Amino acid sequence: MPRYIVSRLAVTAVMALLATLVIFLIANMVPGDPILAQLGDVAASNKAFVAEWRAKWGLDLPLWERYLIFLKGVLHGDLGTSIASQRPVLEDIAQYAPATIELATVGFLLSLLIGVPLGMLAAIKRDSWVDHVARAVSLIGVSSPTFWLAFIMLALFYGGLQIAPGPGRLDPIAFSPPTVTGLFLVDSLLAGDVSTFRDAAAHLILPSIVLAAATLGLITRTTRASMLDNLHQDYVRVARAKGLRERRIVNGHVLPNALIPIVALGGLAYANLLTGAVMTETVFSWPGLGRYTFRSAEALDFPAIMGITLVVALTYLIINLVIDLSYAILDPRVAR
Amino acid sequence: MRAAAPGRTAPTPAVLAVSDLRTQFFTDAGVVRAVDGVSFTVGAGEALGIVGESGSGKSVTAQSLMRLLEEPARIVSGRIHFQGRDVLAMTPSELRKLRGAGMAMVFQDPMTSLNPVLRIARQLVETMMAHGSFGEGEATRRGVKLLGRMGITTPERAINSYPHQFSGGMRQRVALAMGMSNEPALLIADEPTTALDVTIQAQILELLSELNREFGTAIVLISHDLGVIAGLCSRVLVMYAGEVVEEGSAEAVLSDPKHPYSWALVNAVPRLDRDPTAGKRLTAIEGAPPDPLSEPPGCRFAPRCPFRIERCSDHPELLEIGPGHKSRCWVTQAGASLELPATAPLSTSPVAGEVGLATEGSEPGEGGIVALVRSSPPRPISPSGRAFGAPKERPTDLSHEGRGEEPPFPTPLLEVRGLVKHFALPKRGFFEPHRYVHAVDGVDLTVKRGETVGLVGESGCGKSTLARLILRIHRPDSGSILFEGNEIAQALPGTIRPLRRHLQMVFQDPYASLNSRMTVEQILDEPLRVHGLATTAAEIRERVAELLEIVRLDPKSGARFPHEFSGGQRQRISIARALAVKPSFIVADEPISALDVNIQAQILNLMLRLQEELGLTYLFIAHDLAVVRHISDRVVVLYLGKVAEVAPAKDLFAAPLHPYTRYLISAVPIPDASIERRRERLRLAGEPPSAVAPPSGCRFRTRCPLAQPICAETPPLLAEHRLGHFAACHFAGQF
Repeated sequence: MPRYIVSRLAVTAVMALLATLVIFLIANMVPGDPILAQLGDVAASNKAFVAEWRAKWGLDLPLWERYLIFLKGVLHGDLGTSIASQRPVLEDIAQYAPATIELATVGFLLSLLIGVPLGMLAAIKRDSWVDHVARAVSLIGVSSPTFWLAFIMLALFYGGLQIAPGPGRLDPIAFSPPTVTGLFLVDSLLAGDVSTFRDAAAHLILPSIVLAAATLGLITRTTRASMLDNLHQDYVRVARAKGLRERRIVNGHVLPNALIPIVALGGLAYANLLTGAVMTETVFSWPGLGRYTFRSAEALDFPAIMGITLVVALTYLIINLVIDLSYAILDPRVAR
Repeated sequence: MRAAAPGRTAPTPAVLAVSDLRTQFFTDAGVVRAVDGVSFTVGAGEALGIVGESGSGKSVTAQSLMRLLEEPARIVSGRIHFQGRDVLAMTPSELRKLRGAGMAMVFQDPMTSLNPVLRIARQLVETMMAHGSFGEGEATRRGVKLLGRMGITTPERAINSYPHQFSGGMRQRVALAMGMSNEPALLIADEPTTALDVTIQAQILELLSELNREFGTAIVLISHDLGVIAGLCSRVLVMYAGEVVEEGSAEAVLSDPKHPYSWALVNAVPRLDRDPTAGKRLTAIEGAPPDPLSEPPGCRFAPRCPFRIERCSDHPELLEIGPGHKSRCWVTQAGASLELPATAPLSTSPVAGEVGLATEGSEPGEGGIVALVRSSPPRPISPSGRAFGAPKERPTDLSHEGRGEEPPFPTPLLEVRGLVKHFALPKRGFFEPHRYVHAVDGVDLTVKRGETVGLVGESGCGKSTLARLILRIHRPDSGSILFEGNEIAQALPGTIRPLRRHLQMVFQDPYASLNSRMTVEQILDEPLRVHGLATTAAEIRERVAELLEIVRLDPKSGARFPHEFSGGQRQRISIARALAVKPSFIVADEPISALDVNIQAQILNLMLRLQEELGLTYLFIAHDLAVVRHISDRVVVLYLGKVAEVAPAKDLFAAPLHPYTRYLISAVPIPDASIERRRERLRLAGEPPSAVAPPSGCRFRTRCPLAQPICAETPPLLAEHRLGHFAACHFAGQF
């Protein structure tokens, strides 16, 4: 087991290094000369001036040396300066990330807490009404386009019934809680501010449902299939022949086996939610990474794009690592 | 553990009484009457055997006893009384209290019947705790004791392991410990040894018999293997198409069967206790069991029965025909005996070849009998000192070649020298060294034209790898393979391709080895096209029809798909595919082990006939020693990647020289209750060591009673001890 953990950590580190290399190469091989773009035609025709500029930005150095400089920056938490905001990219990301993390985590927990029990029930009571509900939920969840679902939810619960708050993380007149983690739910509780907590939670309901819909569908479906698969294994028949209670057979024997594929799917789904919330964040005016990404791309803000790409890559790597490690806990056959 | 051994002689009240049990599967295609009016009783401490081929309803009967079946199976009528209580009337909670406590069950496949993600301890302890008989601490202590009783070494460590850390035999011991943990009055064992090697099977059977004696546990043993039943059970039920067709004492049913189906089962299997040359005769009933959706109205066996009379169109009842002996057959109920009419002209003339052939039922499904006599002894084995060459640690060293001055005997078709194949295991860590499975480790093998060489050994001994090396599916690490004078050990694929015409293979699983999306015709014409043996459509059609005819399938069935055929018929298609390119050499890797005994006999007879007609040479791999002796001229015994013994089949079984061979032969159960009970069995303890780190010197020494210091130091050479009889043992013949 320790050997397995070390080997997974080593693989993750190597992958992270490769990610920085790929990101650096892509950014440096994009056609177009940044000098030309920055200096304009007149200055660019002055050879001495151009050379000075190149030297200033380190563009006269060989590619590998420039990579090492970039890598050194990354390791020191320096992702460069955003052209659009003129602030360090890392600072920008740190500002936008908590909103996304909060939204994605709530959405993910929602899909997990509904999807897994629903899928389990559907498998145990196959072809009953629960099963049909589960099938409908997963079908609707997977096949509804996010933007459509977002507008429908807003129109129905905010515009029509007026039981849900509108876009944004808090009421426009409310103040953000003092920043500790940047997660409003956590920060408001830390500050003992219950009304802000309620406000933040209410604002999370619609976007997290919209964000979680597809994931919920996937998790329900996978749980159902995985449970069904295991319910027909020989060891279940053996457990029944031992005289165990049905509850114990499901929770003690079937679930630990059925969870294995759900962990893999769930982890990747969470990474997806963290990094792919552009649509939801835009509709709900959510000041998260998705909107920052969208704006940076629009402005061709290369340092910001590189920074975000790196963050996305690292998110996937870390979540993959967590999946691998939980595999080792769930399935003794993995880490020998 | 308390031992309550009830007196076997005293008439004991029945633990289990089943009457007129009917279990049906309500499928979309119709109602399958899997168990159709079965009645029997099991006395306290009694061991009852239920035999029958797949689909006969024996497993469904077993699961019905505990009401373990799920939809679409339903017990529609009948009564099951366990210790006087009506099982079918029990509420779910009463049923749960019965399962695993009064009545326990052990299933066939130990690889899937333990939960892979839970420790043994939990799976063992929960059985005891579920019935409230023990607290966790005491249950764990008992669990350790039970594992020890089941023959698991270091049970304290074993109980904290996961199932994947055990071999199949060990897992079955764990399953038995689970079954016995609440000291049930009845243990149902559904094919408990079918997935195991013969040596491990012998260990498990002995364990079952000890549990039966020691704890007075009644046992219902379900098996397709009469030999397995013979040693353990006092009474036997024979099932066919959902019905009990014969019931009686094991001695009576196995030695004097009174139902033609039991008779066929008894006669279809080659036996180690019968002299192979004196009228060695395999009887195979053609055809297959009836379609379970529409059974014949009369006797269900009648369509395949060689003793069929007119009355058989009425359905016979199961009636007493002797003391304690019942049969469902008009013929024996009328007092007639089951003797094969001596009308079949059994050729014994050596001129006609070694294999005399009687009527082989030309149309499967039509009631015909195949009787087969192997009259003359196998082809002479080279009388001179046929050098086998010492197994070398450096197999490329071929210096021994000069030793064998061959008299003018036909050159071997295949000559394998010092063949080695090691498979790399995935590394444990980045800086760890590679570990290798020593699958085949310096094997020498000679196969002469027209002979059949049998290859036997426990699973993991390298027999399948050796077959794949010879066919160059794998590339050997070193050694030489001379096929018809061509060195193919390291030859490039392009060089081997034309030779593949002469080297063909028949695989074990007739379900997996035929492409289900190709018609039979496509399956058969593919090799013809690849090798350019037939080009025009007319030629191909003709050849396909001819091939189907050769393997006794309907020549017009070429347009059908494999799933439309039964297992035995599929294996015929596999054989036809191998024959398509007119090979001289066929490697058959366990070609009959996935089939029922009757179908096994059919395929064996077919292979013998084809050898006679087409002059084929076989390398026949099997784990069933009786079958190997039946079909082989010479037998090679493999142990952990090395050859332990090579001898003419007759000599090997009459006077084995290697201790391992003796154990293997002794482990084979003989389907005769009186012989099986009297027989003093040599029991090989333990399991083969890991092929990753094989023992030094002689690989068998860790399980060998003769082992001396020299065995750990020097690997024994494969030396000729008698004419044509080689053994790799420092103390050959002294056991």
